[in-house]
Amino acid sequence: MTVNKLNSLPGPDDIYRAVLPNGIVVLTRSNFNSPSVVVSGFFDAGALFDPDEKLGLAEYTVAALMRGTQKRTFDEIYNALESVGASLGFNTGIHKSGFNGRSLAEDLPLLFDLLAEALTAPAFPKAELERLRAQLLTGLAIRAEDTGDMASLVFDQILFKGHPYSRPEDGYPETIRNIRRNDLVKFHREHYGPRGMVIAVVGAVKPEDALRQVKRALGGWHVRAQKEAPELPPLKMLKKSVSRHHRIRGKSQSDLVIGTNGPMRRDPEFMPASIGNNILGQFGMMGRIGDVVREKSGLAYYAYSSMTAGLGPGSWEVSAGVSPQNVKKASGLIVDELKRFVQEGVTADELADTKANFIGRLPLSLESNGGIANALLNIERHNLGLDYYRRYADLVNEVTAEDVLNTARKFIDPGKLVVAVAGP
Amino acid sequence: MKNNLTQVTLSNGLKLLLKEIHTAPIISAWLWYRVGSRDEVAGRTGISHWVEHMQFKGTQQFPANLLDRSISRDGGTWNAFTYIDWTAYFETMPADKIDLALRLEADRMLNSRFDPEEVASERTVIISEREGNENEPLFLLGEALQQTAFRVHPYHHEVIGDMADLRAMTRDDLYNHYHTYYVPNNAVMAMAGDFDTQAMLTRIRELFETVPAGSEPARLARPEPPQNGEVRLSVEGPGTTSYVQVCYRFPPASHPDFFPLSVLDSLLAGPSNLNMFSGGISNKTSRLYRALVDKEYVVSVHGGAQATIDPFVYTITMTIHPSRQPEEALAALDREIKRVKDEKVTKDEITRAIKQARAIFAYGSENITNQAFWLGYAEMFAKYNWFETYLDKLSAVTAREIQRVANEYFKRQSRVVGTYVPLEGRHDGK
Repeated sequence: MTVNKLNSLPGPDDIYRAVLPNGIVVLTRSNFNSPSVVVSGFFDAGALFDPDEKLGLAEYTVAALMRGTQKRTFDEIYNALESVGASLGFNTGIHKSGFNGRSLAEDLPLLFDLLAEALTAPAFPKAELERLRAQLLTGLAIRAEDTGDMASLVFDQILFKGHPYSRPEDGYPETIRNIRRNDLVKFHREHYGPRGMVIAVVGAVKPEDALRQVKRALGGWHVRAQKEAPELPPLKMLKKSVSRHHRIRGKSQSDLVIGTNGPMRRDPEFMPASIGNNILGQFGMMGRIGDVVREKSGLAYYAYSSMTAGLGPGSWEVSAGVSPQNVKKASGLIVDELKRFVQEGVTADELADTKANFIGRLPLSLESNGGIANALLNIERHNLGLDYYRRYADLVNEVTAEDVLNTARKFIDPGKLVVAVAGP
Repeated sequence: MKNNLTQVTLSNGLKLLLKEIHTAPIISAWLWYRVGSRDEVAGRTGISHWVEHMQFKGTQQFPANLLDRSISRDGGTWNAFTYIDWTAYFETMPADKIDLALRLEADRMLNSRFDPEEVASERTVIISEREGNENEPLFLLGEALQQTAFRVHPYHHEVIGDMADLRAMTRDDLYNHYHTYYVPNNAVMAMAGDFDTQAMLTRIRELFETVPAGSEPARLARPEPPQNGEVRLSVEGPGTTSYVQVCYRFPPASHPDFFPLSVLDSLLAGPSNLNMFSGGISNKTSRLYRALVDKEYVVSVHGGAQATIDPFVYTITMTIHPSRQPEEALAALDREIKRVKDEKVTKDEITRAIKQARAIFAYGSENITNQAFWLGYAEMFAKYNWFETYLDKLSAVTAREIQRVANEYFKRQSRVVGTYVPLEGRHDGK
């Protein structure tokens, strides 16, 4: 007995999609192999709405949702959750905020109750908000000492100068200190609502039961004046390379991030760029970058490339952790690889390897309930179609070496790079 | 859970555990060796972890780049872990591609090259890995605690090893270590996923039974003597945030007290998650969270129980609130520890801990890699039966037992308290 490969991927025949009258999109897929269920989703209340002087407001708000609701105290909320081994947490990105919860199937109604209370009726109790403020500030103090976090932060500040993407979603200590309870109340009132909300339910529950439970919990939620997201300003492109070293004393290792702009998720260049990126700094032991910086030179434990491709302009970056005295040498090797990448492109063998890797690893990434839930949200967020994962192999296979080269050249100019370093 | 599990020991001593699971076209194969930092003496600390790195550097049949390329090309994922007690290698592959992983593991049990140039380049990679760890205050503090808690037992040092040894060890040291411990009679092969057991068994015999058994590796026998008196230490370093770690003596996983202590861990600090491939749950209504975070002594508190072969430690980690002193947090912790020693916990708290464990088990079983992991992991410190009966053993725990183990293990005179003192002065939160 073996399992049919294609049928194990989610597709139109086993993903159920429904739109509630208030606008909430519900996606579900059953999996009765384990008695657990995942509930994940997103909604239009990201950090894009934060005023500069109160940066971190969206994040402060999501972090406060479970600190008390009209019905329950902080302790009562978590007591209900933790007593049954369930979890529920909220997070923030630039465009969207989101949530992830899971429980045994028998406790799913409780999970929905708590989700609905947190989203629709948070109380924002003052004492809890001050506790939370101390936790957020401590998190920022720890971030300030983290070479990896700071190199990324400086990288975004330079690459996206003058654009909302230059701002860290968790804010700065002074902006977190500026935020008052009333700011959270207002943020919640203006930006939280069913419009734009997507919920995925995956696990040991039948689709009709899942849908009924979402309806019961959130079907009656209506918000009249839910604000539209502001338009993104145009991106200013780099005119020359810019380097910055952010000093953090007393550390034994520096982190560096070198890179430039990348495609949006919906751009036609997304797939060729992903394939190129895999060859550049992911495949096997971190691709060409890993081969040069780690395997051949022994300069770093990690050196890899990555892309962030979302609803707006993305980035394409190479990251590495190296001894402070090797920063220059490692940067040189990385820039040389980027030059080679845009001059020579990728070989037929490399391309074939990566295509096989992308297609072969798909079942693995879709194995757990959480993996499927992410896939369903990805489909909805970027309008990929319910058959996306069944078509995926074709989408990968149609990319040519020329597509990869053209895409690399479109985005990467080795003479216009951001080089951000954090460390001693 | 007992269904579909086959256990066999080959003529060369290699133990096999095979579990058929037909939920996805995936197979996960794990090869476990009974070697870890517990087998290392001064001068060779970190050698097990370095050998693990060298196992990715190729054999005659599978040169390094080919190896890596073949697995990735087939859409597999592979990695390895070195722990204080064991070293484990795994490949999770599309079911029809698993043969590659088996051939590779059989080959590198015996034929890894340890090319001197590769040894040299890996030396700086591992030094870089250690430097990255040293960037973290909690690594520095944890290392200081561990070397204080274990003066005699080789749990004394971190798995990554000491910088002096990473600079000095030779290719021959590494190669000898490899040949001593990488023998079939010192290994367990565990597989779970979409296969037919009989066919798989035949294939494994073909590939592995030709590897000759080795001598039984000698073990260091240096039990830690009792600690008679609390030890306090501090580590200074960059930053503005203080941390306190407290470690108490903890029994090995095979000891019956491990189970009441697991329930105690759950209600004190939230359940420790022993799964490697699925997260745990929050701990915001655990006793320590309520007493320390809600009361604003600390901004976070976590407990960590680990399943080990020899007695290890249970560590409580606190991130100190910006307006508090470490001593205040420690005093608040001590009040809670005293409470579990003086008063029996309620039946409800025990029921809750068991339900939490049941949920965490269910999350872990969503994933085939995690299920294969458990097959071999449990064998490293007990038998697979330990895992299968875990929930039953937790369910049998009584309030009286919890009180007894609290008094027996959470002793002030055998604990170590460490404070990370940030050099940039205290962050005042204003």
